[in-house]
Amino acid sequence: MTQAQSRLGLYLLMAPLMLWLLLLIIIPHIGMFLVSISVKTGVRQYVTGFGNYMVFFTEPLYWNTFARTAFMSIAATFLTLLIGFPVAYYIAKLTRGRTKTTLFLMCLIPFWVSELVRTFGWMILLRETGIFSSFLQYIGVHSGPVEFLYNDAAIMIGLVYTSMLFMVVPLVTTLDSLDDSLIEAGYDLGGNGISILREIIIPHAMPGIVSGCIVVFMLSLGNYLTPILLGGKDSLWFTGLIYSQFITRFNWELGSAFGFLLLGLSSTIVWVGLKLSRQSLTDTVGR
Amino acid sequence: MIATIPQSKAFAWTYRIYVTLFFIYLALPLTVVCAFAFNDSVFPSLPWDGFTWAWFFGNEAPYIGVFNERPIIKSIGTSLFVAFWVSLLSIAVGTSNAFLFVRYDFKFKEFLYILMLLPLIIPGIILGISILVFSNTVANNLEDATGLWFDGLRPGLPLVILGQFSFIATFATLVISARLEKFDRSLEEAALNLGATKWGAIRQITLPFLMPAIAGAAVVAILMSFENFNTTLMLVGSDAPLTITMFDRLKQGSTPVLNAVSLLLIVVSALLGLMSLLFQKREQN
Amino acid sequence: MSQNKSATAYDLECQNINKDFDGFKAVDDVSFGVPAGTFFSILGPSGCGKTTLLRMIAGFQEPSSGDLLIKGKSMIGVQPNKRPVSMVFQHLALFPMMDIAANVGFGLRQRGVPREDIAKRVETVLERVGLPGVGSRQINQLSGGQKQRVAIARCMVLEPDVLLLDEPLGALDLKLREHMKIELKKLQSEFGTTFVYITHDQSEALVMSDQIAVMNHGKFEQVGTARELYHTPNTAFVAGFVGEANKYEATVDAAFGDAVTLVTPEGMELKGISPVSKLEKGDKAHVFVRPEAVRLATEADKFGGIENLNTGIVENILFNGANSHIILREEKSGGEMNVAIPQTGEFRDLNKGDKIFIGWEAEQTRCYRAEG
Repeated sequence: MTQAQSRLGLYLLMAPLMLWLLLLIIIPHIGMFLVSISVKTGVRQYVTGFGNYMVFFTEPLYWNTFARTAFMSIAATFLTLLIGFPVAYYIAKLTRGRTKTTLFLMCLIPFWVSELVRTFGWMILLRETGIFSSFLQYIGVHSGPVEFLYNDAAIMIGLVYTSMLFMVVPLVTTLDSLDDSLIEAGYDLGGNGISILREIIIPHAMPGIVSGCIVVFMLSLGNYLTPILLGGKDSLWFTGLIYSQFITRFNWELGSAFGFLLLGLSSTIVWVGLKLSRQSLTDTVGR
Repeated sequence: MIATIPQSKAFAWTYRIYVTLFFIYLALPLTVVCAFAFNDSVFPSLPWDGFTWAWFFGNEAPYIGVFNERPIIKSIGTSLFVAFWVSLLSIAVGTSNAFLFVRYDFKFKEFLYILMLLPLIIPGIILGISILVFSNTVANNLEDATGLWFDGLRPGLPLVILGQFSFIATFATLVISARLEKFDRSLEEAALNLGATKWGAIRQITLPFLMPAIAGAAVVAILMSFENFNTTLMLVGSDAPLTITMFDRLKQGSTPVLNAVSLLLIVVSALLGLMSLLFQKREQN
Repeated sequence: MSQNKSATAYDLECQNINKDFDGFKAVDDVSFGVPAGTFFSILGPSGCGKTTLLRMIAGFQEPSSGDLLIKGKSMIGVQPNKRPVSMVFQHLALFPMMDIAANVGFGLRQRGVPREDIAKRVETVLERVGLPGVGSRQINQLSGGQKQRVAIARCMVLEPDVLLLDEPLGALDLKLREHMKIELKKLQSEFGTTFVYITHDQSEALVMSDQIAVMNHGKFEQVGTARELYHTPNTAFVAGFVGEANKYEATVDAAFGDAVTLVTPEGMELKGISPVSKLEKGDKAHVFVRPEAVRLATEADKFGGIENLNTGIVENILFNGANSHIILREEKSGGEMNVAIPQTGEFRDLNKGDKIFIGWEAEQTRCYRAEG
């Protein structure tokens, strides 16, 4: 009786999970893969083949955009870590009580706001008629308007800004859990700031660093808004290519192939990151 | 490096200045967005032409305020509609998943758990196109077979809701599971022992215990839905949620009315965010 | 002059050390010297300032005033990583991200010792603490006692002038703690290093130490050997804190030199001595009598001319093997008294309600002036 009841309960609870995963995740991705390997030969006529993927490898624009997106995302991840780590350490280890809560909140608030608003803010700051340009003219460093927008540096600023929270929060959490006495013991045994950072703090923070990096990398790779708005029409971001294949050119087959390549890249990097740091997906993102 | 280790003054000050600069970097874009919502000029840029409320309440062109701008009001409504359903679906499925993963042992549990986490590492735009491709295929086949129209499977609000739900459900599951894991099962056993039915025990004991997490997850789901862009972009039809409307406006060139909308968004998001933190705090007690 | 003397005599010397926290005096004008090679304990209740004192010696806090010398050299302004002291932390602070060899070798690596040397010295010190060949294991594979020894090895490999121990036995269960007390004492005499040990557990301090300082409210109440503290406490606090004692509040009835007669509010008369405070008739005093100082007898004349002689009714028997006690109520005044049962078997059959004679010497009845 109870056995049967518990079985029934299991199936009832399993149903929504399976519906969700099958209908919205698994089957759509299989479907997308099938579309990506159909090559159009005529009106509503297709053959199976890797033609769409061939197009990607033979067309340098696609290829370069792909490599560029990957490279810039890695750079953005690295920069975010570099900028965010000292701040996370400061919040976790050098502040207490009220101050700590306040600083942490100040980190959180910008990220509750839509990415669109944040990007809009950077546009107001960076564009030709923007604040920075006006300021430079005002103090007389520059005579005419200066355009800070529509270049790679602008994209980078936007990406780092947009992802910062996802680096700082896991870092603060892991650094918070580092017992102060370990750092004291390190000093007591003759260590200095650098050796303690290298041998105690960074190894301890590794789970946070990895999960932060994975999330930031993925967000950068899959970002569409920031590169388009801050980098302009020619920002050459891979998500932009996918969008134009789907929406403007209506070439879903090629678009799906692009989608799969992007998914492949992001999964590979996540996998490599997990392997290198000997972590599992469950520990890193499933917290 | 920590308070008890003596540090040189110069280092301490450099560090403090760095952290201050960091927070200026964080605050700067939002500050300018808010400030220019009150600039009496048709462009959100310097020079400052004086203070005005026109971008909120104005009704004479070119000063049409947010509250008199039909398309924006309408898209806020759309966003709310989407957010409501996404949030509801997510906490329902999230609660069910939490019970499944915390209370039951079954074959492929590990595997399903990892599968459940996957939406977090799939770029949003790809979630969007895969659902678009799939629903389109289904719609085409159904229409070919039946000769009827299946609008719900074409880009539009139902697909937007499903697309956002497909990854927000993972967040809800994680938040609610974490809470359920802290639940002391002997409380439920005590209720059973005192004569409650199994469902009664869950309803009267376990669910109230989960409530802060469920409410927190609901608020976070609303926030995430409201600000989602990537997945929505691929699935949107003729009724655009706020982020899409604003994006289209931005591409055409901005007026301070966008600043005004943004300011409202900032205030509402900050309030919702603080609310979710309050729920978290309630959880700890 | 005194500087030179201290340089030869003491491994660690504190001179008028003070520590203020926003007007609160955590350490109040403390001075002491620890001779080389001794096991020195600082014993006190929590909040007495002993941890602050230890952390000042380690360098994690700076004294508000006073001087702190190690082997005659002042440590004021010296960074913790440059001091010739090592510390065993309360929860040991072993690095979970490193294996045992890397933990023990940490300090040597900081000094730039060549790699082969490190390996050799790590293995040697692990052997000396009785853990040969565990170097490649992880911290969480060790038992509580083994972790203690690794923590000590990690410090001893650096050959510090002074080893500081911050209640490292606190986290262990009772049995293991008893065992580790002996172990620690043995390790100390083997290494011959000066140990400074802080604890709130008097039995740890009594068993292990050559010298004990009893600390209360930021001040040292008394410094001495375990026996001195136990048998001739200088203050009421020490008398009450070290060892067990029956404690009475009483008023002085008569005083001749340091011999006093007192009466408790219940009317029990006590004859005692006041070794430190000069008491006069009418003074209030704290009186301490150790449970094992009280003798039991079935007949009154067995005691001879003992100063304090009373009859008591057995109210409760607290059987605890060799450490059994009875709670008595003195017949005349109703005052309560805790008495150790002698282990001769003579009183094995004592029962609740029995009447018995109790007697103790005035020498064993120590009186101190009550403040205020």
